Amino acid sequence: MSSVAAIEPAQASGQRLRERAFRTATFAAALLVLALLGGVALSLLLGAWPALAHFKLDFLTREIWNPVTDKFGALAPIYGTVVTSFLALLLAIPVSFGIAIFLTELAPVWLKRPVGVAIELLAAVPSIIYGIWGLFVLAPILQRHVQPWLIDWLGPLPLIGRLFQGPPYGIGVLTASFVLAIMVIPFISAVMRDVFETVPDVLKESAYGLGATTWEVIWQVVVPYARTGIIGGVMLGLGRALGETMAVTFVIGNAHRIGSSLLAPGTTISASIANEFAEAVGDLYTSALVALGALLFLITFAVIAAARLMLMRLDRRALSSV
Amino acid sequence: MSRRALRKLVNALALGLSGLATAVGLFFLGAILWTLLRSGLAGMSLQLFTAMTPPPGSAGGLLNAIYGSVVMTVIGILIGGPIGVLAGTYLAEYGRNARISGVIRFVNDVLLSAPSIIVGLFVYELLVVRMGHFSAIAGAVALAIIAIPVTVRTTEDMLNLVPQGMKDASTAMGAYHWRTITSVIYPAARSGIVTGLLLAVARISGETAPLLFTALNNQFWSSNLAAPIANLPVVIFQFALSPYPNWQQLAWSGALIITMSILVLSIAARFVVSSLGPGGRS
Repeated sequence: MSSVAAIEPAQASGQRLRERAFRTATFAAALLVLALLGGVALSLLLGAWPALAHFKLDFLTREIWNPVTDKFGALAPIYGTVVTSFLALLLAIPVSFGIAIFLTELAPVWLKRPVGVAIELLAAVPSIIYGIWGLFVLAPILQRHVQPWLIDWLGPLPLIGRLFQGPPYGIGVLTASFVLAIMVIPFISAVMRDVFETVPDVLKESAYGLGATTWEVIWQVVVPYARTGIIGGVMLGLGRALGETMAVTFVIGNAHRIGSSLLAPGTTISASIANEFAEAVGDLYTSALVALGALLFLITFAVIAAARLMLMRLDRRALSSV
Repeated sequence: MSRRALRKLVNALALGLSGLATAVGLFFLGAILWTLLRSGLAGMSLQLFTAMTPPPGSAGGLLNAIYGSVVMTVIGILIGGPIGVLAGTYLAEYGRNARISGVIRFVNDVLLSAPSIIVGLFVYELLVVRMGHFSAIAGAVALAIIAIPVTVRTTEDMLNLVPQGMKDASTAMGAYHWRTITSVIYPAARSGIVTGLLLAVARISGETAPLLFTALNNQFWSSNLAAPIANLPVVIFQFALSPYPNWQQLAWSGALIITMSILVLSIAARFVVSSLGPGGRS
């Protein structure tokens, strides 16, 4: 009569067991994500310890990098990382801003999706492709047409002139910054686009109603409303630029020195590791490279964490493209 | 000039510049693809897929590198995919409102943008140092670690799109939560999860930095997972920076193969989403 009690007790307990097993499996996988971050931090610290204990603070303040005499200082890679990332953002921010405006405010509907996808594909191209392209296509063009011009016109100027002196190598800090800029444009513009799309239409329409031009609406309504998100997107791009390895390794020239000229070869943290790690002999040398990695991890972690906190208020799904 | 004319001029200028910026972005995509096609197609031949990487100056192909890349990518996604899907399931279902989920989401987002070379260093310390040598399995683990955050993110997003009514209906039938998840929620979100996995494959198949000191490289054919293995990204890196024309040509052909595979995967991922029911991102 009672078909309701059709589930046998044994079957029910089997179900409960499976429920618990599945639940535990998902929880363990989720915890693994936390463990990954912890594991990365811990292993880098342990690996970096010999070098940090040996050089102490000198590691951060000295430019020397000599595997033969086992003297290592991280100043040149730090300098290169900061300068290339800064220049890359300087170039990439205006372009990304323009792309985001075009995609949200200007493009006709039929154009939005293809252009948006094309920009996202630019983000999907692996960094080694940017590297090989930068080395064989971009660097010769810059060397022949752009750098001589910079040297002739900007080199003699006071103050900033020092940035543009010396022979046009083609590869160097400026070229690396240029390639980095192209790489981070899709990331920054994708975030900016998503942020712009969160601005309520009512706000924009009321500004249009008052007679504002499209640009005035963008600059005085959209941008102030989306400010936190814009900064978050830029920081995300910065995190990307700081840690980018292959593209930079191809075009920066890998010289452990701090040159005043942007046209001179330099190095970055990630490029040093990529170039030297597999061939590093000696514990101190390896440890110094891991210490560079730990440094990069700290810097990028801080930048990315700040970016993610700023972007947290946004709908998470709107940002799934990055 | 009247104030009105000035405003209109500024407007036209700003909008013109934003169109120009878009053109610049598209130009670089076009320029990169064009270079790849021009330089890569020149070296396309059957030999590319049948011969091993040659010594400088003699003819050869990329067979061992292609094989190594496929092997490591497959193992990487076989390890990283299930972990990512399970973790995403926890975030979307069991732990949706748990406090720890907030922390996990945040950490996952940070890992998503973390430099991949850091992952290489981590796996080096974790596996290579302990095993005493570079190996294919170390490379695969590094790729898995990069695939995990991508999969976690997309899985959670896609599971969240499954209508609450479907879940409630299943629960009302007396199904346990795991049964609801595996029999109702996963099938409903299938295309979305597949998209996430495709994107993860696209992401890891071009990664170079984490392989440099985990899988390293191998001039010869190797299917031994405990030994160094050739792979396309590292071969491209080495060959492109070499002074030998035949190596450089192989690097370009390899670059073309990798980029085309990734672009096809990325476009396929979008197509899967828009053609197969729920989980579509507009």
